[in-house]
Amino acid sequence: MTETASPSPFASTADPLACVPDSPLCFQDVSLRFGARTLLDSISFTLRPGETRILLGLAGMGKSVLLKLANGLIRPDSGEIFLFGQSIATMPEPALLNLRRRTGMIFQESALFDSLTVRDNVAWQLIERGISNEVIDRRVHRALSFVDLDDTFSLYPPSLSGGMRRRVSIARAIIDKPDLILYDSPTGGLDPVTSHTINELVIKERDAYKTPAILVTHRLQDAFTMVTHRFDHDANAMVPLPRGSFDPLTSFMVLHESHLLFDGSTDELLSSKDPFLKDFLA
Amino acid sequence: MPSVLLTENFDKVVRRWLMTVQDYALFCWQTIANVFRTPHYWSDIFTQSDLIGVGSVPIVVLTGFFTGGVLALQSAASLAQFGAQAYTGRFVSLSMIRELAPVLTGLMVSGRNASGMASELGSMVVTEQIDAMRALGTDPMKKLVTPRMISTVVALFLLTVIADTLGTAGGASVAVFISHLDGAQYFSSAYQALVYSDIIQGLTKPLVFGFIIATIGCYKGMRTTGGTQGVGRSTTQAVVISSVLIIFSDFLISRVMLWLFPPL
Repeated sequence: MTETASPSPFASTADPLACVPDSPLCFQDVSLRFGARTLLDSISFTLRPGETRILLGLAGMGKSVLLKLANGLIRPDSGEIFLFGQSIATMPEPALLNLRRRTGMIFQESALFDSLTVRDNVAWQLIERGISNEVIDRRVHRALSFVDLDDTFSLYPPSLSGGMRRRVSIARAIIDKPDLILYDSPTGGLDPVTSHTINELVIKERDAYKTPAILVTHRLQDAFTMVTHRFDHDANAMVPLPRGSFDPLTSFMVLHESHLLFDGSTDELLSSKDPFLKDFLA
Repeated sequence: MPSVLLTENFDKVVRRWLMTVQDYALFCWQTIANVFRTPHYWSDIFTQSDLIGVGSVPIVVLTGFFTGGVLALQSAASLAQFGAQAYTGRFVSLSMIRELAPVLTGLMVSGRNASGMASELGSMVVTEQIDAMRALGTDPMKKLVTPRMISTVVALFLLTVIADTLGTAGGASVAVFISHLDGAQYFSSAYQALVYSDIIQGLTKPLVFGFIIATIGCYKGMRTTGGTQGVGRSTTQAVVISSVLIIFSDFLISRVMLWLFPPL
C-alpha cells in the first residue's frame, strides 16, 4: 500500500504524466529482483526541481539499490526510469556515462580512490575533461572549503578519518555543480558529532544551491534534522526552523517489503495511521 | 533419483561455465575495441608499463639466467655421452627462444601481475570505487582494463627478449666455466641453429600470453563478489587460470607454428 495524500505537492502516481519534463528523476513501476527475491516492486515517484527526498526504510529494504537504479548503475527488470527526462532503463552504457556526469553521488563508505590524493579525487571529473591544473586547483580548493577540509588537499584518503572521507566525497560530488545529488547514508557509521557536521553540509548544499536530491538513511534523527533546520549563511551554521514548521521542499519516502509504503510530506508522515509507520517513527 | 540430481547439477555447472566463457569473451572484445576508442589513458598505460614491465625485470633476469644455466648443465652432461657437447649452445638457444623464455616469463609475470590486477580491481569493486568511477562518468573498462592489457602485452614481449638474452648468457656461463667448452663455439652453435620461424614463434607467444594475463587478472578482479574473502578468491583464481591458459595456448601456438613453418 502506498499512502499518498492528494494535497501533497509530492504526491506519487503511476500516471506517466507525473513525469513532468523538468523533473530530474522519475520512477515508473520499477521492479527489480535479485535471484528469487523481489527487492523492489512497482516503485513509482517523481522528484521535482529543487526538491529533496529522504528515503527511509529498514536495513536491507533496497534503499541503496534504488539509488543505484536512479543513475543507471543497476538496470531494472521492468518499469521506466527517467533521468533528466531521458529513459535510462535500457540506455547503452556510453550514453549513460554522459548523463551521469550531471549527477553527484555520495556512497555509503565514501568510495574514494585510495591511490589518489584528495585533490585528484575531488577533481576527478575536471581531470577527465582535460581542464588546466590551475583551474582545477582553484575549484578543488573552493569545493574543499565548502566542506571545511581545505588542509587535506595533498593527503591520501587512507590517512583521513571516516567523517573526513565522507566530507571529501561530498566535495567530489558537488565540484561540478550537479543537477541531481544522490546521498547514500552519508552519516552511516559515524559518531553523533561527525553526523551533525555531515547533516549541516547536506542542508548547506540544499539551501545554498537548491540542487534536487535523494537522501537515503535509516536514521530518523538525521532525517528530521533535515526537515527541521535551515542553513544560516551569516552564522555559517544550521539553525532550527520555528517550532512546528518544516522545510517545504523536503519530503519523505518509506520503503518497506519491496514497496514504497509512504510518499509524502513531513506532516503527512507524522499523522500517518499506518501501523508500520507508527511503529517505525515511535 | 541420484542420477537425476547429478544430471541437473551437471547441467547447472555446464551452463554456468558457458555463461562465464561468454562473459569473458565479451570482456575481451570490449577490451580490444577500447584500444580504438577515445579517450586514451596514456598516463595510465605508462604507469602500468612501469609497474608490470620494469617491476618484473629482476625476476625475469634471474629466471632466464638460471634456466639457461641449468639447460646447459643438463644438456652438456647428456650430449657428452655421444661426444656432442659442441651442440650445447644450439640446444640451449632453441629451447629458450622457442619455449622456455616465453612460457617461464609468462608464468612469472602471471604470478606477479595477474594476482596484482585481480586484487587491486577486486578491492575497488568491493569498496564501490568502480561504481563511484561509473557514477563520475568514467568507463572503468577504458580507464582500468585496456591500459593494463596494452602494457602487459608490450611489457611481456620485451621481457621475453630479455629472458632470451639472459638465458643464452646463462647457458654460456655454465658451458664455459663449468663444462669448460669453448665460448665462441657455444655462441656460434647457438646462433646457427636459429631460423626466423624460431624467432617468430618465440616472440608471438608473449603477445598472446600478455593478453591472457591482463584479461584474466582484470576479469577476475572486475567480477569479484563476496567482500574481502572474494578478493582473495579472485586473486588465486586469476593466477591459476592464467597459468593454465598460458600452458594450453603455448601448445596451440606451437602446433600452429609447426604447421605454418614445418621443420626442414
